[in-house]
Parts: sequence; C-alpha cells; structure tokens
Amino acid sequence: MGQVMEVPRVDRQAAALIDHTTGIQTDDVHAWFDHLHALRGITIAIPERKITAIIGPSGCGKSTFLRCLNRMHELVPGARVRGKVVMDGQDIYRPGVDPVQVRRRVGMVFQKPNPFPTMSIYENVAAGLTLAGEGDRRRRDEVVEQSLRAAALWDEVKDRLRKPGTSLSGGQQQRLCIARALAVSPEVLLMDEPASALDPASTLRIEELARDLAKDITIVIVTHNMQQAARVSDFTGFFLDGQLIEFGATNDIFTRPQDRRTEDYLTGRFG
Amino acid sequence: MMDRRYWFRRGKDRGMAVLTFLCTIAVLIPLFLVLGFLVRTGASALNWDFFTKIPGAAGEPGGGMANAIAGTLLLIGLAALVGIPVGVLGGTFLAEYPHARLSQLARFTADVMNGIPSIVIGLFAYVLIVLPMRHFSALSGGVALGVMLIPTVMRTTEEIIRLVPQSVREAALALGIPTWKTTVRVVIPTAAAGIVTGIMVGLARVAGETAPLLFTAFGNRFWNWNILKPVAALPLQIFAYAISPFDDWHRQAWAGALVLVTIVLIVSVAARVASSRQAKLR
Amino acid sequence: MTRQAFERDLQRLADDVVQMGRRAGEAIHRAVEALQTRDVVLAERIIAEDDAIDAAHLDLEQRCLRLLATQQPMAGDLRAIASVFAIAIDLERMADHAEGISRAVKRLGSAPLVKPLVDLPRMEARIQEMLRETLDAFRTHDATRAARAAAMDDVVDELRNRVLRDLLDSMIQDPQTVPRALELLIVARHLERAADHLTNVDERIVYMVTGEMRELNV
Repeated sequence: MGQVMEVPRVDRQAAALIDHTTGIQTDDVHAWFDHLHALRGITIAIPERKITAIIGPSGCGKSTFLRCLNRMHELVPGARVRGKVVMDGQDIYRPGVDPVQVRRRVGMVFQKPNPFPTMSIYENVAAGLTLAGEGDRRRRDEVVEQSLRAAALWDEVKDRLRKPGTSLSGGQQQRLCIARALAVSPEVLLMDEPASALDPASTLRIEELARDLAKDITIVIVTHNMQQAARVSDFTGFFLDGQLIEFGATNDIFTRPQDRRTEDYLTGRFG
Repeated sequence: MMDRRYWFRRGKDRGMAVLTFLCTIAVLIPLFLVLGFLVRTGASALNWDFFTKIPGAAGEPGGGMANAIAGTLLLIGLAALVGIPVGVLGGTFLAEYPHARLSQLARFTADVMNGIPSIVIGLFAYVLIVLPMRHFSALSGGVALGVMLIPTVMRTTEEIIRLVPQSVREAALALGIPTWKTTVRVVIPTAAAGIVTGIMVGLARVAGETAPLLFTAFGNRFWNWNILKPVAALPLQIFAYAISPFDDWHRQAWAGALVLVTIVLIVSVAARVASSRQAKLR
Repeated sequence: MTRQAFERDLQRLADDVVQMGRRAGEAIHRAVEALQTRDVVLAERIIAEDDAIDAAHLDLEQRCLRLLATQQPMAGDLRAIASVFAIAIDLERMADHAEGISRAVKRLGSAPLVKPLVDLPRMEARIQEMLRETLDAFRTHDATRAARAAAMDDVVDELRNRVLRDLLDSMIQDPQTVPRALELLIVARHLERAADHLTNVDERIVYMVTGEMRELNV
C-alpha cells in the first residue's frame, strides 16, 4: 500500500520558503572527523522564527550538522568543517570571525540536561552573563527572571533561586538549561534531542515551550522521534548518510514525501 | 555424593572468608600497636608547657615543642604556596590536553619524582637555596616540601578534572564562554572539592617528612618567624631529642611523635570526610 | 518485525475494502434485477442485508482507527489508511442506495411499469463497469485507471437525464402514471448517486497513490 507515483518533482526547498525569510543558511557544508566524511555538501535554508526539525537514522549526521551551526564541531580534536554558514548576510566561518561570538548568537541545548553542578539555579541562568563580565546586579536579576519565565520555569523556582541547579527534576533541569541558553539572547536556538532523556509529560512541555520560543527566535531541533518532529515543527529536513535528502514543509514531508528514501524511513522500513 | 561435594565447597568458602578476615585484622594491628605505644609513652609528657614553651637548656627538665609545632605549620604553609599552584595548574593542563607530548613527559616526570628519596630532594633545595643564601632557612625547607607535594597534587588534580563530565564543558562552551574561562571558572570549581581533598592528602604526607629538612630548615631552638632563617620542625625536634642522652627529652620526643601522628590523622580523616560528602552531593 | 504485522494488517484492510465494494455492487445489481422481475421478496432481502454492510463499514472504521493509534503511520501508509476510511463510507452509501431502490420496488409492488426498462439497466451496467475498474485501480494502486473509471460517471449522468425526459413525457401524457413514474425517477436518482459515490472513491484512490487531492467529478 502507498507507493509513490510519478509527480512532477517540485523544488520543495524553494517552494517552502516563498513566504519566509531565512534565519540561517548553509552552503555546501562538509564536515569531517579525521578522515570520516560525516557531512557531504549540505545546502539548506532554515527559515527564520520557525521550528525546523532534522530527522534521520542514527549516524546520519544530524547532530554533526547542528554543531556546525554554532561552531562546536571544530572543538573536537581532528574535526574539520568546510563551506559557508550564513547568518544576517555574514559567513560565520569567514577567517577572522570569533567562534565565541558565534556561540553567543547561536545557542544550544543538549540531550541530557547539564546544569552547572556547583551553581545555584540563579547562578546557572546568569552564567552566560556573569562569565562575560555583566556586572550590573539589577540587570542580571531582570534577565534571570525573564529567561526563567520564557522557559516556563519561573513560577516553579522563584522561591528557591539559591538552591543548587541539580536539585530540580529532569524536566525542570532541561528547562533550566533552556533558560540559561536564552539569557544571552541568541537569535537561533539549537536543540539536540532535547526531550529524549525525559518522560512523556516533560517532553510535551518542552515541545510547547519550543513553539512559544519560535515566535521570537529561530529553532532547529534534531530528533529521532518522528512523531515529535511532526508535532512540533513547521519544516523538516531528512538526512541520510551525511546528505540532505529532502527538505520541505512538515506537512508535505510527512504525508507525501517525494523521495523514496524519505518514504521508507518514515514508514519504518529502515532506521 | 552431591552432598559431600557441596559441604566441602562450603567449607572452603568459609575458610577463605575467615582467612581474609584475619589478614585484614593483621593489617590493623601494627597501626593500633604504634598508636597505643605512642599514647602510652608520649601522653605523660603532654602538658600545657609542651604546647607553649620552647626547648630548655640541655639537661634541664621542662620546656616544650611549641616552636617546633609552629615551625611545622609554617613549613606546611610554605610547601602549600609552592606546591599547590604548580600542582593544580599542571594537573589541569594534563587533564585538558591529555595526549600532548608535554603531558606525557610531565606525567612520567611526576611518577619518577614520587620515587626519588626525600633526602635527595632536600639536597636539591640545599644546592638551590641554602648555598646561595649561605645559611639554612624555612624557605628552603618549604621549597623542598613543596617540590615533594607537586607530583601528588598534580596527579590527583588531573584525575579529578578528568572526572568532570564533558557535558559540563560543552554547556559552558555553547554559551559562548571562551575555552580558558570555561576551564578556570567552570571546570576547576566543579572539581574543587576533589582537588582540595588531594591537596590535603598530599600535605598530610609531607608534614611528616624529616630527611629533606635536615639541611634546609635545619631546626631551631628558639622561636623564629623569619622564613630566611632556620626554623624548628616537629620531625627534626623528635630526632634531636631521641638521640640525646636525656630521659626527659626522650619522653618529649614520644610526645612530639604523638602530636605529629595526630596532626596527620586529623588531616587524613578530614580529607576522607570531605570527599565522602562530595560524593553524596553528586 | 512490527512492519511485517503492519503490512499484513494493511493488506487485510485492502482485501476487505474490495470485498465490501463487491457486496455493494451486488446489492445494486440485485436491486435493479428485483425491479425488472418485480420481485418484492428479493427486495426485502436486500433491505435486510444492508445491516450486514453497515456492520462491515463500522468494522473497517474501527480497524483504521486502531492502526492510526497504534502504528502512528506516516506518508504513504497514512494516506492509505485515511483513504480506506473515506472509501468505506462511500461504499456504504452506495449500498444504502441499493436499499433505496429496493424500497421503491416494494412500493411499486405488482403495478405495471410505465414504460419498458431500457435505460435503467444500462445505467446499472455502467455502474458495474465503474465498480470493476475502481476496485482494480484500488488493488493495483493505479491512479490513471481510477481517473478513467471516474470519467464514466458522465455516461451515467447522461442516461439519467434521458430517463428523466422520458418519464416526464409519460407523466404529461398520462397523469395517472405519475406515482409509478416518480418511483422510477427515484430509482434513477439512486443509481446516479451510487455512481457519484464511486467517483468519490476514485478521488480517494488518486490521493492515496499520488498525494494529490483532485476533483474528478466534472
């Protein structure tokens, strides 16, 4: 049941973006781990202030791709990146660009919540500011409260900001990490399987949160959970063996993918 | 048939359990014998004078080891000043760049230094500091002890920092915090408790060293807080009293040994408590 | 592993849709037969058997829902299940029209026909042809064939217009025939509606295969 018939192949990428501005764009990006060619020529335009999901089987390069967007991939010994990643008309890999500045504009949330173990909830959220030398106490307080509200955590922790970050539950810790990332006002937020270590209820809260955040910032979420990708994202990109196979509006990708490989992946024939 | 083999095996199990239990007891026996002996012989000389007076004239009863206790503490302080910065920063480097040539060399060197006889380290400090200064000093003693402290602190720091999960570093880096700041303001504080424990263990070891102090700190019968002059130290004083012909001084030597062992014990136990509390927090 | 079981379920679903289609087609055929032979007993049987077809529809619906809930299908699988869901409704409506025709037969009883039946059986033959093409298109995932089947609806509509004109003439000429003529009009309307439902099914098949929603009812 359900084969794909001859339908004129529309350039879905172009079509999908007709009414959207680009938040971050990659141009023929390649990435290596020593001699392992992990990403092969990824060209993708991620729409601004929308949620883009990246799906694909294990080892297809989705996390590597994410880490190329905030220049974290190059921190691994032996890792290399080639190609352009453009934000606001500027290539973040241009020689002379400070990767530290890039990482302040492109934030990241990881699979396993990782609050700083020796810091309190307040200190965790403020870490990005404190360690950049933001001295004004009142400004810090404001940003901490704003970020915790944006992460839907303020009400739960406002009375215990001095308690250690690790005293929260898993779902709360992840929201704390999101608040921490938001505190430095990034334009793009990268989420690497943010809910895979959480229970279903916390997962749904994180998804809701992502949708709220997308009103102001661009979100790219890597997930191996297809239902989550379908639920939460506006656009979806399917990766396989280091290549981008298909990209388009989530609704189109999930109901009528154009590439046979996408169809097979979605229907569980592999991966 | 099954029965006999079963009982035989149970017997062997029991036998091994008993044997290992007895061996453990055997390990504890020397420790308790020494402590007991020290307490019995030394406690009698422990009095207020012991902790407040300096040694009296040769042959005269009375006097105490106040200056030696203070001197030991001073030397520990100097050793810490020398050993901690080098050890912690060195250990951090080893942990952050584990495969660098320099790291491999440093590790090898630290291991070798651990094995060098302490008297040789003392000689090194003698040549380096005492000779140019033309006299013995607390400084040279502190340096000698500090040099002995470095390998221990460096290795423990490396271990502890290695234990800090990569996820903590990644979180900091992803926030746009530069690498060096991540190490200094995030990684080291996270490892702080473990590092402190390592330092305390190292200091406890170093506090009781006698040989390196023989021609560096040299010992002193009077109060001295000038680090450029010789200073008294418990191990030196114990040695001096023990080889003297006076009974009173012999008893004081025992008391000094008891105090020294007690200091080491307290620091070791404190380190243990701190590290177990640290483990509970995780 | 789960994929195999899922494939089996999907296949069974497809088989049962074809089954249901055949039964609906048979009901239409026998209903028109009952009209031709004035067999009220047969008409009664068709009316009674409609319950079984309703039950088959509900069963298909339940199974679709269960698959949606448990398998969370995507892409082609999702379209397939959604299509089966919709097709079952249209097939059930077709069977209802067979029932409607049978009720008209009952009402006519043994009264003489207004005019010899020519166009109505032709309509029914066309419908059977449409049904055969449609069910084959469904089984073989042939969107072109489904589109072709839908095109045959034009002929059925044409035939129905002819029946209407003829019956109008009769009614004008002899007002006595009006009650009986109206019944025949009703039968014609049921047959036309049955063909329309088949074009709906064809649209669903095209969607299932290509992912495009196209209007085939010209």
